[in-house]
Amino acid sequence: MTRLTLGISAPSLLVAAWIGAQGGEAPRATLLWGGDAEGGAPFVEADPADASQVRGFDVEVAETIAGGLGRQARFLQVQWSSIDQSVERGDCAIGLSGMEDTPARRARHSVTVPYFEFREVLAVRPEDRGRFSRLADLRGRRVATLGATVAYDLLVAARDSLGLIPVSYDDDVHPYSDLMAGRVDAVLLDHIIAQRALRRRGGAGFVIQPQAVAAGRYVGVLAKGDSALRDSVDVVLRTAMRDGTLERIFRRWDVWDPAQGALFRRVAGRGEDSAVEVGAQRAAPLRPDVWAYLPSLGRAALITAVVSALAMAVAVVVGLVVASGRVYGPAPVRAVMTAYVEVIRGTPVLLQLFVLYYGLAGLVRLPAFLAAVLGLGLNYAAYEAEIYRSALEAVSRAQLEAARTLGFSEAQILRLVRGPQALRYALAPMTNDFVALLKDSSLVSVLTVVELTKQTAIYATNIGSWIVPGVLCGVVYLAMSLPLAQLGRRLERRWGAA
Amino acid sequence: MTGEAGRTRGALLAVQELRLNYRAREVLRSVTVEVRRGEVVALMGLSGAGKTSALRAVAALQRFHGGRIVVDGFALEPGPAPPESRLKPLRRRVGLVFQGHALFEHLTALENVTLALTHVLGRRREEAEGEAERLLAALEVGGRAGALPRELSGGEAQRVAIARALAPDPALLLMDEPTAALDPARRSSLGRTLRRLAADDGGRGLLIATHDAAFARAHADRVAILAEGVVVEAGSPVEVLDRPEHPATRALLAAGDG
Repeated sequence: MTRLTLGISAPSLLVAAWIGAQGGEAPRATLLWGGDAEGGAPFVEADPADASQVRGFDVEVAETIAGGLGRQARFLQVQWSSIDQSVERGDCAIGLSGMEDTPARRARHSVTVPYFEFREVLAVRPEDRGRFSRLADLRGRRVATLGATVAYDLLVAARDSLGLIPVSYDDDVHPYSDLMAGRVDAVLLDHIIAQRALRRRGGAGFVIQPQAVAAGRYVGVLAKGDSALRDSVDVVLRTAMRDGTLERIFRRWDVWDPAQGALFRRVAGRGEDSAVEVGAQRAAPLRPDVWAYLPSLGRAALITAVVSALAMAVAVVVGLVVASGRVYGPAPVRAVMTAYVEVIRGTPVLLQLFVLYYGLAGLVRLPAFLAAVLGLGLNYAAYEAEIYRSALEAVSRAQLEAARTLGFSEAQILRLVRGPQALRYALAPMTNDFVALLKDSSLVSVLTVVELTKQTAIYATNIGSWIVPGVLCGVVYLAMSLPLAQLGRRLERRWGAA
Repeated sequence: MTGEAGRTRGALLAVQELRLNYRAREVLRSVTVEVRRGEVVALMGLSGAGKTSALRAVAALQRFHGGRIVVDGFALEPGPAPPESRLKPLRRRVGLVFQGHALFEHLTALENVTLALTHVLGRRREEAEGEAERLLAALEVGGRAGALPRELSGGEAQRVAIARALAPDPALLLMDEPTAALDPARRSSLGRTLRRLAADDGGRGLLIATHDAAFARAHADRVAILAEGVVVEAGSPVEVLDRPEHPATRALLAAGDG
């Protein structure tokens, strides 16, 4: 599972579609399997010796399955959160990449028998080792995990029952760096991910609590209609459990433990499908109920509105300063302001958000919400500054000279003559910018702020469809942006063409 | 350089040997012209002769390179334009009506006139409005006080612009091509208004840049013909316009008649 991903899930569908088109020409003798190499070892990672190849225990499981089916395994890169959809679309035959066994997944896809059992473990800072050993110890605390996972569902359930604050990430690296930075108080994730994160930091920086919060299993995911192939895969997997093939793979990747032996005995020992039983042990199935989703949609929409409004306020204030500097400042000030505008406009806002939140974490540790507001605000300030500058310059020179001959000071001319007219020229483009900002605010989900688009992506992953969540999300965005756009048009009619 | 330089005897405005370059081009070589109180002087010339540049130099909107300008005792010297704070005495003495009238587009006619009264001269609002209404009425646009500039006709906008320039009660009023957008009936009406302004309040001086010979002949006390950067001919309209001696004057009259 997991993956250092920057994007939102919707674009990844397009990527998956493109990759799918490439994969469609696969020869019959291959087994095309989907996974995400961005998540890295020990699941799937690019081979350091040959970056075009992948390696990892999931890679070897896939090769074992393909071999058992008399086929050649071929890897298809799919963003982790899109693997389910990708399988259902037929881009690949099977998804294997630390895919969790969940009731929702079982309901919508053909799922293999589980082949690995993992534990959800808590990671905390060393000084908190004694304080936070269970979820119940974390009331009122921020607990990080990867979005759209069993761990996230556990945290959301604990939000209501225990009062902790779930913090969702798009990747499994930053939860741990933010734990060490003090932005969150614990991380709940699969023990494989936790151990890997600890190894990367030389075994220091945080500790993993020994007591597991929950257990889960990794499965292969096939399309709903591919149950026949799934049955064949199950036969291959059970054989590999009995003959020691899987154990050798897991030992080679240093993830073998007694729990796997117990799992193999349960799954392969009886020779019948125990998956139903395994699945039945889990919590009550998730109900893909629109009504249940509405409160969180409302919360997320509110966050989108608040982030956008505050960011716009920052953009207006900073934009005014930058524009004034460019129009009235001496040469050095003009140069600095121009450089600001060009750098901000010439680099992606996503990069700016990352630099602000993660890049500067050593100097200033901004809370996520503040970083989101500042990042978007400082980005849009560059665009606002250009609007104000051109609006100031749109006021005719003759009016300014007329004001001078009447004896007004430069400050009075700006306040009484130039400013009020420039404001009218600027209002319509400002409104348009605000609509654009409203939509760009979806980018702040990379800073763990769960706003409207992110919440929709989580919901879509939960129910396995983008249709209802997509329409709902679109309706909410339109409800916010259409009145603004209309206001912009009215202002334009009233002032813009004057 | 600027400064109080003792009243020039008789003359409200004295422009002496004014030289002005625009980039590499010498626009004015040596222009000398005077305006006395109560007098309407027409500065005439073909387009591009430098009439507007001369007015702008007098209003301290443009630097000049030689000669001297004295307005009611306040002297402007060649060189970079002085800071606005040094120009306050000049701003009180000189009003300028732009060719495109340059009204403040976001303010009504009345507000255009009151703005300088309240913010530069510190008058109370009611007092300023009373003054502005009186000025607009005197210029026959009293009924348009609440209109925005874009709602005014060309002639109305020009009269509002004159009222605005007159609000601080300047002794010298400069006007750039005031008849350019007016039909003949409006021209003579404007001419009568300008004559009245020159005579009002103890006497103002008006310097009017124009290429309209008929207007100058009917309403100016004196005319000065500007050509190739110098005043080639000056005197009463009858002398200069009815008996032109200089080829440039004849060319100007021929262009006007055509």
